[in-house]
Amino acid sequence: MDFLERATETHLRRIFSRKQLKRKKNLKSMWRRSASFILDRSSNSPPMADTTQTPFQNPDAISAYYQTRAAHHGVITSDWLAQAQAAVEQPDSSVSDLGAERSFNVIDEFNGWRKQPDLAEAVAAIRAMAAVIRASEATTMMELEIELKKASDTLKSWDKTSISLTAGCDLFIRYVTRTSALEYEDFNSAKSRLLERAEKFGEISCKARKIIAMLSQDFIFDGCTVLVHGLSRVVLEVLKTAAQNNKLFRVLCTEGRPDGTGVLLSNELSKLDIPVKLLLDSAVAYSMDEVDMVFVGADGVVESGGIINMMGTYQIALVAHSMNKPVYVAAESYKFARLYPLDQKDMAPALRPIEFGVKIPAKVEVERSARDYTPPQYLTLLFTDLGVLSPSVVSDELIQLYL
Amino acid sequence: MDPRRGPLAVPKVRRVGFFTSIEPSPETPRPNRSLSGPAEAITSSSPLSDSPSGQFISPVQIPPSRHHSDNLASRAAPVPVPGPSAFRRQLANDRALHVGSYNPVDSLLGTSPPSSNGEVSEDSGSLFGFQRSDSAKLSASFPNGGFDMTMRVRAPQESEAKVAIASTSDGRKKNVEASERHYQAGEGESVAAKPRKEKETKSLKEKTSKAERRAIQEAQRAAKASAKGEGSKRAGESSRPKPSKPAKQPQPKKEAPQVTSSVSEKRAVSVEKERRMDVPQTQMQYDDKSRVDKAKRRSVVEQTESKNKVELFLHLPQYERGNQLPNLSSNIFSLDTIHHAVYKVGLQHLAGDISGDNARCIAMLHAFQEAINDYTTPPMKDLTMDLTAKINGYVSFLIECRPLSMSMGNAIRFLKNQIRKLPVDLSEPEAKASLCSEIGRFIDEKILLADKVIVQHAVTKIRDGEVLLTYGFSCVVEMILLYAHEIGRKFRVVIVDSRPNLEGQKLLRRLVTRGLDCTYTHINAVSYIMGEVTRVFLGASSIFSNGTLYSKVGTACVAMVANAFSVPVIVCCEAYKFHERVLLDSICSNELGDPDAIANVPLRNNKKHSKTMDNNKNLQFLNLMYDSTPAEYISMIVTDYGMIPPTSIPVIVREYRREDLLL
Repeated sequence: MDFLERATETHLRRIFSRKQLKRKKNLKSMWRRSASFILDRSSNSPPMADTTQTPFQNPDAISAYYQTRAAHHGVITSDWLAQAQAAVEQPDSSVSDLGAERSFNVIDEFNGWRKQPDLAEAVAAIRAMAAVIRASEATTMMELEIELKKASDTLKSWDKTSISLTAGCDLFIRYVTRTSALEYEDFNSAKSRLLERAEKFGEISCKARKIIAMLSQDFIFDGCTVLVHGLSRVVLEVLKTAAQNNKLFRVLCTEGRPDGTGVLLSNELSKLDIPVKLLLDSAVAYSMDEVDMVFVGADGVVESGGIINMMGTYQIALVAHSMNKPVYVAAESYKFARLYPLDQKDMAPALRPIEFGVKIPAKVEVERSARDYTPPQYLTLLFTDLGVLSPSVVSDELIQLYL
Repeated sequence: MDPRRGPLAVPKVRRVGFFTSIEPSPETPRPNRSLSGPAEAITSSSPLSDSPSGQFISPVQIPPSRHHSDNLASRAAPVPVPGPSAFRRQLANDRALHVGSYNPVDSLLGTSPPSSNGEVSEDSGSLFGFQRSDSAKLSASFPNGGFDMTMRVRAPQESEAKVAIASTSDGRKKNVEASERHYQAGEGESVAAKPRKEKETKSLKEKTSKAERRAIQEAQRAAKASAKGEGSKRAGESSRPKPSKPAKQPQPKKEAPQVTSSVSEKRAVSVEKERRMDVPQTQMQYDDKSRVDKAKRRSVVEQTESKNKVELFLHLPQYERGNQLPNLSSNIFSLDTIHHAVYKVGLQHLAGDISGDNARCIAMLHAFQEAINDYTTPPMKDLTMDLTAKINGYVSFLIECRPLSMSMGNAIRFLKNQIRKLPVDLSEPEAKASLCSEIGRFIDEKILLADKVIVQHAVTKIRDGEVLLTYGFSCVVEMILLYAHEIGRKFRVVIVDSRPNLEGQKLLRRLVTRGLDCTYTHINAVSYIMGEVTRVFLGASSIFSNGTLYSKVGTACVAMVANAFSVPVIVCCEAYKFHERVLLDSICSNELGDPDAIANVPLRNNKKHSKTMDNNKNLQFLNLMYDSTPAEYISMIVTDYGMIPPTSIPVIVREYRREDLLL
């Protein structure tokens, strides 16, 4: 094993250019200057590269959750998204007259925030809730609570498929109910306090990514090969930080049909001079023996400690488990959700369009679900901003958070 | 000495949910400690051997006996290259290191009084620079906690950086770290002298006896305590006894209490007292002759011992059934030590009129309520003391009738705590009223309301077209099925039953009359029927801290078959049945049923048959009532706090039981 490691290491070093080694020396001097080097650097993640636009057949059936993801991947143009939203919002306006305006407001607000590619969905939800507070004419904490509850319910019912949206709403409501006006002298200060918190949450979400990236650095060792599935901003941040820390590692990207998330990610990684190899989704088992660890993001972390993530994660985790490779999940703590799926069909399916290139006969059914559930026994560790957790601790955190 | 490791310690303080920014001040000067080679040089050698921490942990010190996971964390953390192989190597290495310094016999023979136990571990913990701010949290996030530790142990100059970071964290931690820094600075000065000393120690190590080693450790601890007390560590350093001189051999027992401040001692005593209250009563072992005899003398129920004894289960109470009931029911009015309501419940338990954990528990609590209502404090006696003694008497009577279930044990503990918590200035009627209302609240909140919440949660897991399997009779499961039917879910129920109680028939009857689609089968056919099942719902008698389900015998079999068919197993259990103990098998804690029940097969003329069986010395009947299902066969536990995985039982016990039972 030692020998193997050394061999791959020398091999990798040959691969790496001299230029990078020089940069490494520069970095080291920076390291000496400040311990909080990584945190100080402003996030300058470039916007995702636009790829060819794929025409969609039936936009009505696409879940809003998937739209967000697609928007963040830069697959769809923003005006198309606006159209789709307009289509989705139609049924919502038929709520009772007084509530209609409020609910319309919340969802608008949410969509406004949601369009920013660097902002997570949960954060967008919390920003939208903050807007509710700002707009509300409530004079007591109880009134405000009821109003927020209503807003969160409309948001949640607007898109039932998004886990982080639900989690974000729940988290904020939880926070509001825990912050009683009694702690502050009057209602207004409590209100401003809540707003302040909501603002801060956006920053925290960015910081959470940095924290996770730093925590995971000890797990990426020189000469390792990392298999990545899906396009997760956290995982990208992890790999970016590792590259900045002069780790010598290789990344295998799955293609990620049908959105081509792997292509996008490999694009990003190659910009960072990280050796990348692109795999077919079906080639995971074939190349698993050269993989040292699997890194995935998560759409949601559920109470069992399992994750809900892009379709294919479960099967990669199964392959990795059977070959005794660790599976690491990078997820911010606001993705923790009070859900407990027992099997794959136990969640609201997030449907997406799939292009096969050839015409599919009408009688043939197509599995269009965009994500799957990976049970906790196939995961090794979760990297969160609360620390590196084993799957069973997730429930511990959730119980403390929500009960 | 990896220069990359610096900023890892930043997310050290774990916050849940919303938290304000923990930004280390950017102008913090970075300690210049990257003296080692360039980063690309892979440290393939064992990190423990070349890290300076080896110099700080004196080889004569017994490593602190921490929780296993903590130890693992602390060892795993210093690995700069924590690949899976490196991790394994590290562990192996460490084990080798242990053989020299830690002698398990030593700890066994340790003569220190139990009251100082807590202190020992605490002291040695801080000596290693490992401060548990919150036990569970740190142990849970292992690399996080681990980093803390290694950073501090590593090198004295590093502690400065630590403190700079800590300035942003909360105050308590800062204090701890500040004191740590003092201590480590002192250590840093003595580093030069250390290697020489160490060599000496190593050569002597083989010769030093266990007692001597113990003495050395004790002396070190004493010195540390004194240093802490005086505040100035220099004085402490100078007065510190030289630990590596085995010739000195002080009397540690007498020395230690002198040095330790009385405050900490008092605290240790109170902690110990609390701990004693924490520890649940050990079950009586019925193969212990003297204790059984003693208990018999006090007993109300005259039990005849069963002739049919199974070797492995001698520790469980085993008596003939049924013969004492007429005798007991005849003198129900002549007895005055036992309240008649309690007496009635006891007889009902004995005769098997009340079965099911919830029903038994509620009946018992109602009886206690009645008994408390009729209670008057005798003159010259204290209500708290006397009532507790009375309750104890009732409980032992109930145990004689039938061993208590875990849930009843929890309820009794709740009641006793309520009695203990009674304000002293309360008058007797007030105290009684408050106790009765507390018992009523317990029944309402922890049992009845909890069941309703469980039903609400569990119903979300029943979808249309499902086939649900249940085993035996559980009233919560019955409620769930009926409710799901009520709200219009279309599903089918498979009821699996077993001899000799055939409780499933009761459930079958109730479900069929309500119009549910049912299939009834015996446990022999469970592997056949499991193929068509999509969910398994099970009731519970108790769930232990390690997630082990303690339930009616046969449950484990059903759960294992379900697991083999990858059918999710859902256990429905009220949180008051959770137990903080750990159960590994179903031998230690179980209950023996009537052996005749399995010997006698109904619908068969077996008078002669059973007679030959009775006289056969080579034949014993074992009628176990419970079995234990390991946590890995359980997919989910539905409780009144929501749906949780079996690994989260200790969380519920820790977070919520305290307020009910111990505060």
